[in-house]
Amino acid sequence: MMEMAGLDNPNGSPFMVGEKQRAWLKADLDKVAKSTPVVVFSHSPLQKLYKGWNFWTEDAEEVQALLAPFEKVNVIYGHVHQIQYNQIGKIAFNSVMATAWPWPYPQSYAQAQNAMPVLTVPMNRANPFFERDATGWQFIDVHTGRVAMKYNLYDNSNRTVAWNPATGRPEDTVFQDAANRIPPQAHY
Amino acid sequence: MKTNLAVVLAAAGAVALGTIAIRADEFSAKDQERWTKEYMSVVQKGRELWTSSALGTNNVACAQCHPNAANTHPETYPKFQKQLGRVIALREMINWCLQQPLEGKPLALDDPRMVALEAYITYERRGVPLAPGKH
Repeated sequence: MMEMAGLDNPNGSPFMVGEKQRAWLKADLDKVAKSTPVVVFSHSPLQKLYKGWNFWTEDAEEVQALLAPFEKVNVIYGHVHQIQYNQIGKIAFNSVMATAWPWPYPQSYAQAQNAMPVLTVPMNRANPFFERDATGWQFIDVHTGRVAMKYNLYDNSNRTVAWNPATGRPEDTVFQDAANRIPPQAHY
Repeated sequence: MKTNLAVVLAAAGAVALGTIAIRADEFSAKDQERWTKEYMSVVQKGRELWTSSALGTNNVACAQCHPNAANTHPETYPKFQKQLGRVIALREMINWCLQQPLEGKPLALDDPRMVALEAYITYERRGVPLAPGKH
């Protein structure tokens, strides 16, 4: 079976940080003041977005509880191969791009519910006639203690998703205002 | 002679059918059950093809870009495929994918494997209203 290990088939099991690593994280965080900016890098999203494709971390709530007391805390995660961003309490979440394999947004699968962040303005729908489209990479700027993701998207317009101090959440610097969005960003 | 034979066979057929009281518009819940089972076996065949490298030459499978056949929009076909510059059927787009990302050969449009792929794609999209021509 040449497919990503989905949780709707026998190939998959959900991501989990696990008790041991959570204990390590707690001990590490206990060493620093709550005002210290924290940046966590994780393969899995540390959120529960869509279980079917493992956009998911089974013990996300427990991990978030460890991060929640910090004033400036940011999670940068992979796995999803697409632009995503979210704000849960004080925790900001930003995804990174992949240099291979476009992946659809869960809202394009009609048979299952998902909990994708309403904050996220999706990428343009992938155009298969451009083989690098829907892949990319990014500069990650953390000098303020908050994250600015400067996405370099092959064969497509670049985008920036950056912390907005006025609203207290990550936002796309161009498309966050619904009036500025463009038809290719609609996924269905 | 041929005509007579046909008449005789038709009559024999009518007698045979008459004995089990089948009319053209009659079918039972059991029939429906069987037809659904037949259909689902083709959907399953489609899923197997979708998740295998059998249709290509480069070890790539449809499911690697389209998990659960997502992002295929079967309800929008036939539609103007902007990259090809004309209105096409879903099967032509399937063949495009077989030839490009999978580096395989196109299937005949009535190939049972093509029917199976389409059965799987549309099954995963069931319940979504038709939107022909939508991009």
